[in-house]
Amino acid sequence: MAVADTEFRAASETLLAPRAPRRKANAGQIARWLLLFAGGILMVAPIAYMISTSLKWPHEIYDLALIPDEPHLENYVYVLEDGRFYGWFINSIIIATITTVSNVIFDSLVGYTLCKFRFPGRYIVFIAILSTLMIPTEMLVIPWYLMSQSLGWLDSYWGIMFPGLMTAFGTFLMKQFFETVPDDFIEAARIDGLNELQIWWTVAMPLVRPALAALAIFVFLGNWTAFIWPLIVTNSVEMYTLPVGLSSFGDEADVQWELIMTGAAISTIPTLVVFLIFQRFIIRGVVMAGLKG
Amino acid sequence: MASLALRNLVKSFDRTEVLHGISLDVKDGEFVVLVGPSGCGKSTTLRLIAGLEELTAGEIEIEGRVVNNLEPKDRNIAMVFQNYAIYPHMSVRKNIGFGLRTSKLSRAEKEARLLEVSGILDMNDLLDRKPSQLSGGQRQRVAIGRAMVRDPAVFLFDEPLSNLDAQLRTQMRLEIKKLHQRVGNTIIFVTHDQIEAMTMADRIVIMKDGRIQQVGTPSEVYHEPANIFVAQFIGAPSMNLLSGTADGGAVRIGAGGGIELGVAIEDGRPVKVGVRPDDLRPDGGAETLVEGEVTVREPLGPETLVHVGTEHGEVIAKADGRTPPEVGERVKLSARREAIHIFDAKTGNVLC
Ligand SMILES: Nc1ncnc2c1ncn2[C@@H]1O[C@H](COP(=O)(O)OP(=O)(O)O)[C@@H](O)[C@H]1O
Ligand SMILES: [Mg+2]
Repeated sequence: MAVADTEFRAASETLLAPRAPRRKANAGQIARWLLLFAGGILMVAPIAYMISTSLKWPHEIYDLALIPDEPHLENYVYVLEDGRFYGWFINSIIIATITTVSNVIFDSLVGYTLCKFRFPGRYIVFIAILSTLMIPTEMLVIPWYLMSQSLGWLDSYWGIMFPGLMTAFGTFLMKQFFETVPDDFIEAARIDGLNELQIWWTVAMPLVRPALAALAIFVFLGNWTAFIWPLIVTNSVEMYTLPVGLSSFGDEADVQWELIMTGAAISTIPTLVVFLIFQRFIIRGVVMAGLKG
Repeated sequence: MASLALRNLVKSFDRTEVLHGISLDVKDGEFVVLVGPSGCGKSTTLRLIAGLEELTAGEIEIEGRVVNNLEPKDRNIAMVFQNYAIYPHMSVRKNIGFGLRTSKLSRAEKEARLLEVSGILDMNDLLDRKPSQLSGGQRQRVAIGRAMVRDPAVFLFDEPLSNLDAQLRTQMRLEIKKLHQRVGNTIIFVTHDQIEAMTMADRIVIMKDGRIQQVGTPSEVYHEPANIFVAQFIGAPSMNLLSGTADGGAVRIGAGGGIELGVAIEDGRPVKVGVRPDDLRPDGGAETLVEGEVTVREPLGPETLVHVGTEHGEVIAKADGRTPPEVGERVKLSARREAIHIFDAKTGNVLC
């Protein structure tokens, strides 16, 4: 007992200096956990309610209880049997996939050019691209609509997609990431006889794979969940994207939330798949970047 | 035959001229080292040769062909970069083979060439590894291999060893030299390290502030430096410099004895007297040049460096390793006449 006590004291004396801040860190840590916990609840709650609502009968949907009285899958059966759902799903897949591929290619082409080539006016071009970030979508919707109308793009895939085929944000992101690719890599390839497009594709692009993965996730999610523009530009039910289609469940008098939530729940699956696919690239890319040089 | 000729190269970046007329002829198979302090324009010169930068004025000829307007890939050169520039996402095989991507060889010929090079570099067992699984020295060899597969007229190396630790650097230095003896291509090698320059070069080009200071064999630039800059840049520790004055066909340091001059210099002209520590000895034999008190000793084994405080400033001399003078001891330092260099104090150029 006495031995243990002196040992304890000796130990606590030697540990005193590092210990004091550690205790402080603990208090800070608890605060941090609480904050993260609150944040977690905030993030999970809508998803929990989405799933919960999708399992409820119509009369229950304004009841805040998270666990439905009689959980059932009829809503899923209904949505999946409704032919329209598949059409919207396919529309959304096509649109989100094409815009993602387009952004990955064109944002990085422009970002690469702005980053690695010295040409007059490049700074102005860069600023011009960046400044478009300051214009909100809401302001652009009307000009887009007028443009689509006069060019006959209304109610078509192209009409839904064209505003998002390239983004200023993606261009900016890729430019910043290409800064991390040493010029030596590019010059070495140039000496080895590759043309500029080959250098971009075989040398620069693989080196920014983590950024491409992040961009792909952003763009895919952004287009998958896009609502206002697809709503405005589409007229026929067959051209609806998933969010627009889901919101059309029900009529003015009676919004069928349980069906909307069911569709929303199903529509999260592709986003999860996309995330899981590209997340691997992000991690692998980071590992690779760490080993450079 | 000259495999590379530089004629009056001038390079400006936005109106700042960084190279002021570089001229050099490199013989076929020669190993030339460009050396100089950081920022003197070595890399720029190399990049001009490679075609990665555009010339402001002048002419570059490779194998008798003016290449000013040719793309890097058409100049028949290969370059090894400081940070290797090997691609982390490709295997060693792909990296080395990268140099052949655009060549017109058949598939089998490419493969044979790749194996030949990896054999020379002793990398046959590592072909399927990724760069991340290689040591620094091995990565450097991959970078060299990538340059070698193309069998270029001229190899360009830009400080390829500066990322390696001291031991590996010494080893790679030797390897590159052996490689050169084996393959025999012309090499232009850039470094800021005078020891690398001395040990590897057939000929050294010493540069400063965008100008060539001297071109010569290692022995020439060491024993017959053209000016004070070269004298102090080459050799470690640096050459001692003492101020003196010309006086009646001799040079006097302070009130000390005169050094006979072989050339006529008008009386009273200020000069600098340079002697390498290796040549400045306390046991002398010859006439005393300076004298002073030993302040520090640095034993190197076979010899000991002694720092001597004289009334003309501190100088470094070399003494015997077994019986060096004690700290505080007064020593008289002398040097053979042929080891003494006299420079014009104003221009820095050698007088004799
Ligand atoms: N792209 C560039 N733009 C402007 N100045 C440059 C550029 N590259 C090199 N310089 C300048 O040219 C000079 C020589 O540079 P460099 O050839 O890289 O020197 P070294 O390789 O001998 O260290 C330096 O003063 C450097 O600042
Ligand atoms: Mg350099």
